[in-house]
Amino acid sequence: MLRQDKVVEEVAFELVRQAVIFLPQDVKAALQRAYTEETSEVARTQLQTILDNVALAEKKKVPICQDTGNLVFFVKVGAEFEGIDCVENALLAAVRRATVEVPLRPNAVHPFTQKNSGDNTGRGLPEIHWELVSGKTLALSVLVKGGGSENFSVLGLLNPAEGLSALKRFVVDAVIRAGAQPCPPTILGVGVGGSAELALHLAKKALLKPLGEPNEDESLDCLEQELLEAANLTGIGPMGMGGRTTVLGVHLDYAFRHPASFPVAVMFNCWAARHASARIEVDGSVKYLTHTK
Amino acid sequence: MAKYDLATPLSETQIRELKVYDVVYLSGLVVTARDQAHLRALDFFKENKQLSINLEGLAVFHCGPVLKKDDNQWVVVAAGPTTSTRMEGVEAEFIAGSKVRMVIGKGGMGQRTAEAMVKFGAVYCAFTGGAAVLAAQAVKRVLGVQWLDLGEPEAMWQFEVDKFGPLVVAIDTHGGNLFSDIAQKVEFNRQIISQKLNCKL
Ligand code: SF4
Repeated sequence: MLRQDKVVEEVAFELVRQAVIFLPQDVKAALQRAYTEETSEVARTQLQTILDNVALAEKKKVPICQDTGNLVFFVKVGAEFEGIDCVENALLAAVRRATVEVPLRPNAVHPFTQKNSGDNTGRGLPEIHWELVSGKTLALSVLVKGGGSENFSVLGLLNPAEGLSALKRFVVDAVIRAGAQPCPPTILGVGVGGSAELALHLAKKALLKPLGEPNEDESLDCLEQELLEAANLTGIGPMGMGGRTTVLGVHLDYAFRHPASFPVAVMFNCWAARHASARIEVDGSVKYLTHTK
Repeated sequence: MAKYDLATPLSETQIRELKVYDVVYLSGLVVTARDQAHLRALDFFKENKQLSINLEGLAVFHCGPVLKKDDNQWVVVAAGPTTSTRMEGVEAEFIAGSKVRMVIGKGGMGQRTAEAMVKFGAVYCAFTGGAAVLAAQAVKRVLGVQWLDLGEPEAMWQFEVDKFGPLVVAIDTHGGNLFSDIAQKVEFNRQIISQKLNCKL
């Protein structure tokens, strides 16, 4: 049996490779549906080009987009997972290997000196979010976050007295302000409540949810649908050239908040909504959850 | 929405025929340039220095490609468009100095560029953001590169392309601007959404 840290490295590498080359099935299906439903000719041209590009990337086994983004890992680790102390190093090793072997564009730049580390790692990169749970397994997800979509993330500390209508206005404004830039059709992650950084975190994590899966909370599901419809009424359309599909889906998550503050965060994922997940079991066997290996 | 197969060098007449929403498939010579290459080119124009390639009638592509070297020959792996507004401050001067007839990118450009296009006879075409593999496939050969000291993504690459597209004309020489049309419609829709959501937007 491989040592557990080797398993983690292998799985992380495989997830990154899968994510940048193959879109999850739900995203492909949503793009296909958008194509069928579009009536504007220019919008259809854009979606057709996107679908062709997705298919060609799969065939040639190369990254879908030249911007292979920054890598964001979500680790849900059991306290008794063997090799828990080696997970971080295993993730770093996987990212360095993926940069060379997939390949990924080196996208880790020192914010003051502009020096590129060349291997997609550096202080704070890859981003690793930990969640410690009981048990002996490890669940790992990677989100590949391009610069074009990340640049339009917004956080609003809204007036609690204005309630839901302030939230809706904030989300629609964010979509309109972003316009063509985050490569629509996009997917929105909306984090509500908590603190400023928790709202942003929830919004980003929500981007891992599969499209078309209803929110377990019925009233939130209703709000997601309402926001989706509103975003698509903007008419921004694929690549901002007009059309019915500006957003493919909205995922909401929330946390309790202070009575005096109402943080709302919106995160965008571009149509190249690249993510992948897997779980490592107690016996070291691996279950791939979003892609088949 | 007419469809055109065009080849470089592009003539002024050909370009002035194009209207927003037309679709172009381009063959011939395209050079890449992001912010840094634009700035370097402007210095060259100012000092009357020659670039390693005459850009007259060619297309400039806002793109930072990913390449690899096979048997000492550059091969394009991915070549999607980058955000064009980053070049808004310099594009008008670039068009004037280089006499390119086509600018290719994503997301549209502003008023200054649009005015230069009317004046000098050039169009802006949008290529689908993220469609990097399709773009790479259209590149048949890398003919040359200059300013590699700026780094691979920022250098000016010369690509021989075959039926590169679909490129949607988004700024034409008749004052048409697809992205500002859409922006106006979106503003109008903002009012409708506001009523629907029952909250002021
Ligand atoms: S926004 Fe997404 S699809 Fe567009 S260029 Fe960036 S990573 Fe690629």
